Amino acid sequence: MPDATGLELIAQELRRAHEAAGRGSGDAGGVLDTAYFRDKAALLVTPASVQATLEHLRGMGYRFMASVHGVDYFPEEPRLGVHYELLDMSTVDRITVKVRVPVADPHVPSVTNEWPTADHQEREIYDMFGVIFDGHPDLRRILMPEDYEGHPQRRDFPVGGEPVFFTHNEPRLPRYTQ
Amino acid sequence: MSTPEVRRPSAPQVPYREMEESVELSHIAHEGDGEQELLTLNLGPHHPATHGVLRLLTTLEGEVVRDVKPIIGYLHTGIEKTAEDKAYWKVIPVIERMDYLSYYFNAMAFCGAVETLLDLEVPPRAQYLRVIHLELNRIASHLIWLATGALDLGAISIFWYGWRDRDRILDLFEMSSGQRMHTRYIQVGGVMEDIPLGFEQRVRDFCSEFPSRLDQFEALIDKNQIVLQRLRGVGAVDEQTLLDLGVTGPLLRATGNPWDLRKAAPYSSYDHFDFKIPVGTVGDNYDRYRVRMAEMRESLKIVEQALDGLPEGPYITPDRKYALPPRHELATSMEALIHHFKLVTEGFRVPPGEAYYPIESARGELACFIRADGSSKPARVHMRDPSFVNLQAFSAMVQDSYLADLIATLAMLDPILGGIDR
Repeated sequence: MPDATGLELIAQELRRAHEAAGRGSGDAGGVLDTAYFRDKAALLVTPASVQATLEHLRGMGYRFMASVHGVDYFPEEPRLGVHYELLDMSTVDRITVKVRVPVADPHVPSVTNEWPTADHQEREIYDMFGVIFDGHPDLRRILMPEDYEGHPQRRDFPVGGEPVFFTHNEPRLPRYTQ
Repeated sequence: MSTPEVRRPSAPQVPYREMEESVELSHIAHEGDGEQELLTLNLGPHHPATHGVLRLLTTLEGEVVRDVKPIIGYLHTGIEKTAEDKAYWKVIPVIERMDYLSYYFNAMAFCGAVETLLDLEVPPRAQYLRVIHLELNRIASHLIWLATGALDLGAISIFWYGWRDRDRILDLFEMSSGQRMHTRYIQVGGVMEDIPLGFEQRVRDFCSEFPSRLDQFEALIDKNQIVLQRLRGVGAVDEQTLLDLGVTGPLLRATGNPWDLRKAAPYSSYDHFDFKIPVGTVGDNYDRYRVRMAEMRESLKIVEQALDGLPEGPYITPDRKYALPPRHELATSMEALIHHFKLVTEGFRVPPGEAYYPIESARGELACFIRADGSSKPARVHMRDPSFVNLQAFSAMVQDSYLADLIATLAMLDPILGGIDR
């Protein structure tokens, strides 16, 4: 694992690369924050710089995307989070890249074209949290039915509100044929 | 007296085909104009060879598979959502039911993540006991793979032999924890109970007998011309493609990449044991079969070493804030009673933070991500299930192969739909 100092060096390098690419230094070079918790390094980046950050980290050896997962930080804002777990198999290093987007504008650029493994996982996050991955080739629901409304993993999603269909109560439940 | 009006339900008016418009097939190259047309075949969701409730939208040209789209979610039970509503230690039983063949691994990943958040140390004896059960679970899981995989190839004897020997492992689980499946044995901070008297001897008996069973399986399969022709050179995918698709576990090792978290990033004292990582050469179905068979032998070696070196000491953390006090203390100690009450009613609180804890399950990297918000319930639990990620490679594996080989390749992929859909 990169230690706390190593993480700051990575963040600095990312900011420098960001400026060198001519994308300006306004939004802190794409890297908003760094966190080091329980021997695990994490970078918080802006949604616009996700692809560039991941590509840069790939160049540094983090070539394997182990996992992508969604988080709902309710009631904190911005609420929705997407985490990319990167792994360097030669040095057995892991680093997390995080993005936060508000519910009102849940757009994150898709990384499926660069990292094919993100395909199903981005679809799952879209399904469960409603994060829209721009540029994803096949952004559909994956676990919930295609006609499902809402995003059930959000923290404010009501639990237990759906009636269960049984033979005895089937005709009495609302909208049972739709 | 009037009879209540019975309304007959009409067919649901849901435009399923239109909603699946994105399942687009025009990109698939196919030869022959008019004479050979593409056939779309829905394999599953209810099909014995899909190892669960998996639907494969298959496009065939004659007997050759041109495209496969796995459609999943038929077994989705919202376990990750359920977990957010339970105290940490009450999450373990539901987490175990995700990948229902490797329940010890699910519990291990979850407990490891919670222990990381708590910065809790697990006693050495508990770590060894975990390793013993994890490796027995790996063998049990591989035996189901062998049994059902062989059945898909048409070999019925192996099917029964595999289940028979797996039952012996379940007997061991029953002895140590009282349950055959979903044992809730691994707890935060250690394991639920110390192993009972006689357990060690029965595990040793199993370890001494099982290699001969493996020899029998291999004698049945390795010289069977039908099986060899169905496995050799079928479904091969190169290492880089698998890495790009995030595939881990025996599928990746079959291509010659020795990536195994037990060696690379040892957890739970795996660095104390002497074992090898079996790898293949070309990454076809035969290599996948050989790798898993060799893994079972290595797992036996680990179990035996763990029994030999089993340290004395507590089997769960002595920190009463996280582990239940022993029964006899409740009658004599006020503090024990209070701790027991707090743990059972509210559960322990976990400081805010996020943890990602990967382990090597029978199918690859199984990781648990937990976000804690300081309360006694997790704010987010996510399982990075290897079956879910590995399934993405299926299309690459069966591209331009025969439909019959698709069944064999799916068996060698070894997906568990409970883990995929969660």
